[in-house]
Amino acid sequence: MRPALHAEWTKMRTLASPLWLLLGAIAVTVALSAAVTSVLTCGTTGCGGEDTTRLSLTGVDLGQALVATLAAGAVSGEYSTGMIRTTLTAMPHRATLLAAKAVTFTGVVTAAGTIAVLGSLLAGRLLLPGHGFTAARGYPALSLADGPTLRAAAGSVLYLTLIALLSLGIATAVRDSATSIGVVLGLLYLLPIISLATGNPHLQRLLQQTGPMNAGLAIQATIDLRSLPISPWAGLGVLAAWTAAALLTGALLLRLRDA
Amino acid sequence: MTPAVAAHLSGQQAGRDGFPQLLRAEWTKFWTVRGWAAGMAVAALMMVLFAVLAGISSNQHGRHAVPVGLGGEPVTDGFYFVHRPLAGNGSITVSVSALRADNPQGQPTTVPWAKAGLIIKASTRQGSPYAAIMATSSHGVRMQYNYINDTAGIPGPVSAASPRWLRLDRSGDMVTGYDSADGTRWTKVGTVHVAGLGPAVQGGLFVASPDSVQGIGTDTSVATAAFGDLGTQGSWPGGNWTGGQVGAGFPGSSGHPAFDPGTFTESGGTFTVTGTGDIAPAVRESLGGAGVIGDILFGAFPALITVIMLGTLFITAEYRDDMIRVTLAASPQRGWVLAAKAIVLGVVTFAAGLAGAVVAVPVGERLARANGVYLFPVTLATQLRVEAGTAALLTAASVLALAVGTIFRRSAGAVTAVIAAIVLPYLLVAQIPFLPASVTGWLTRVTPAAAFAVQQTVVPYPQVTSNYTPYNGYYPLAPWAGLAVLAGYVLLALTVAAALLRLRDA
Repeated sequence: MRPALHAEWTKMRTLASPLWLLLGAIAVTVALSAAVTSVLTCGTTGCGGEDTTRLSLTGVDLGQALVATLAAGAVSGEYSTGMIRTTLTAMPHRATLLAAKAVTFTGVVTAAGTIAVLGSLLAGRLLLPGHGFTAARGYPALSLADGPTLRAAAGSVLYLTLIALLSLGIATAVRDSATSIGVVLGLLYLLPIISLATGNPHLQRLLQQTGPMNAGLAIQATIDLRSLPISPWAGLGVLAAWTAAALLTGALLLRLRDA
Repeated sequence: MTPAVAAHLSGQQAGRDGFPQLLRAEWTKFWTVRGWAAGMAVAALMMVLFAVLAGISSNQHGRHAVPVGLGGEPVTDGFYFVHRPLAGNGSITVSVSALRADNPQGQPTTVPWAKAGLIIKASTRQGSPYAAIMATSSHGVRMQYNYINDTAGIPGPVSAASPRWLRLDRSGDMVTGYDSADGTRWTKVGTVHVAGLGPAVQGGLFVASPDSVQGIGTDTSVATAAFGDLGTQGSWPGGNWTGGQVGAGFPGSSGHPAFDPGTFTESGGTFTVTGTGDIAPAVRESLGGAGVIGDILFGAFPALITVIMLGTLFITAEYRDDMIRVTLAASPQRGWVLAAKAIVLGVVTFAAGLAGAVVAVPVGERLARANGVYLFPVTLATQLRVEAGTAALLTAASVLALAVGTIFRRSAGAVTAVIAAIVLPYLLVAQIPFLPASVTGWLTRVTPAAAFAVQQTVVPYPQVTSNYTPYNGYYPLAPWAGLAVLAGYVLLALTVAAALLRLRDA
């Protein structure tokens, strides 16, 4: 396992695109979060009961796309350049290879995700009081000392990591980069849209409980938890199940097919 | 397959690479890759399948019939009406000295369009023609008729110190409204032709109080008004004033079941009337559960992701397979290669998108109506605009993907960038209805998702306060202006792509 990890880490370290995608993921996450918090206003008529923690973490919706691209691109890139044959010759035990990739992605995405999430919360902490969200109106400054906010922040980092692994599993199964990233983003972004468009409330609720993005992002909610279709940790568990299924499928196909 | 190749090889002199040949080459590349042609068919099919899903997944049997105006447009028509019959021509005059709105808890609240005044209406049936003149909470005196028409009179609120006198004068189908600040000097607000008023009508006092917008939701309200100096002239057959709620039991803003219907009391010539509801064109929020064509076309999203993947692959596959060197060796004019690809891709996507939309809309409409869903009516021209606009949206997205794919030369980054740019803003707007209007307005104005405005079929009315957000189907930009925003991004990306294609080695 150690040589495999070393090889994967070297690939990650020496290629230009993973670094750019990670930096990009941090940048867009913080930028979108800051953009959303900077247009929120809490006027004299009331603040509408905003979940400021969740709104401050809106950038994760966008950042996850880059994280998914990182994982999908790294795997499908090996197939498009033929590198996969070298990799598999050097590392014939395929499950170990996938595990090494998963560990490497977990490490870098957790690190980048932590920076992105902390940056987003910091932006919210700095911007929100200037827009009327003050402690006097019932909106104390965002702080990790607050239990739900800490859970939302740590959960968002976990969410990004799980998305990277989901993408890794799907890309290993699909192999073509355009198709795999299309499948991943379709899975993430389409299910919420489908759930909104169905007129049937039961189907809608079911889709919101089972869709990887809807369920996984429940971890960001800090107020009104009873009205959520799924509780925060259970939601993250649903995403973890999707990720496990994708990784298993990827591992199985990697083992069964010729590269 | 053979004829296309043969024609290209034998029919022309070597070196004659005109634009038609380039188009033909790109067309051949597109349709001979089986997965791409199939992908386009799948995109069109998904629009139809999702329209079917949208149609069959709703069940609104047993819903109240939506009242409609003379033109078939849905209306809100619920208010407290203190009325007497008016058999022919005649006029009615009153003064309004107080108008106040309360929330269901009985506390005063701000309802800008709370109304109290005079109305002449064909009958007490919901949706029947009318003309009215009224004092409002925040918009001064207004004369309104047949739901969508609104004219301003004397500005400012009413109070005991500053009452308003109102008069309606009916002559046949013509109704003239007057207002006055002192009861002696009258100003004509307008003379209107109320189509369909009929000979025998009901006339009298009314009070209405629409739902007030609270954050992203609405709350019911009730208004109380004090009237005095009530006088009638002309053919009012007599009898007592009768009070009643028009549209009682109808859900939504007109006669909300949570409320008791209004009341009226008279003492010493002063009428105190309470009422709730509104007399106005219907909007998305006042007709809960009603749909628009855009809802049926949500298959455009899976189709979008598919055409974005295909548009990207159309160029990145050339880089992946090194085909690009052959392509550029055969046609050294690199800008024309990109143009030919954009045209072929655009035409194919538009054809597939239009085919999907033209089938999806009628199928989805029919299924939704069969399940009792009320759809906001559209003219044929609007329906065609939505269908062609959706096809154009898909076309622009695929060409944007082609351009971004040319810039990135890698599939994954290009697909992500385009999907994140078009789909994600819409998702933020639609999935998070708690985003305030300032955010959703910004997202649907400056991002490529502005193009979804081309699917809008409902229009906001200044005389109805509501959450006119993209979530409810109201976009800040006009349909084609929204599409133009996306077209701007496409042109920009194509320009950059052409420049990079020229400057870089393949």
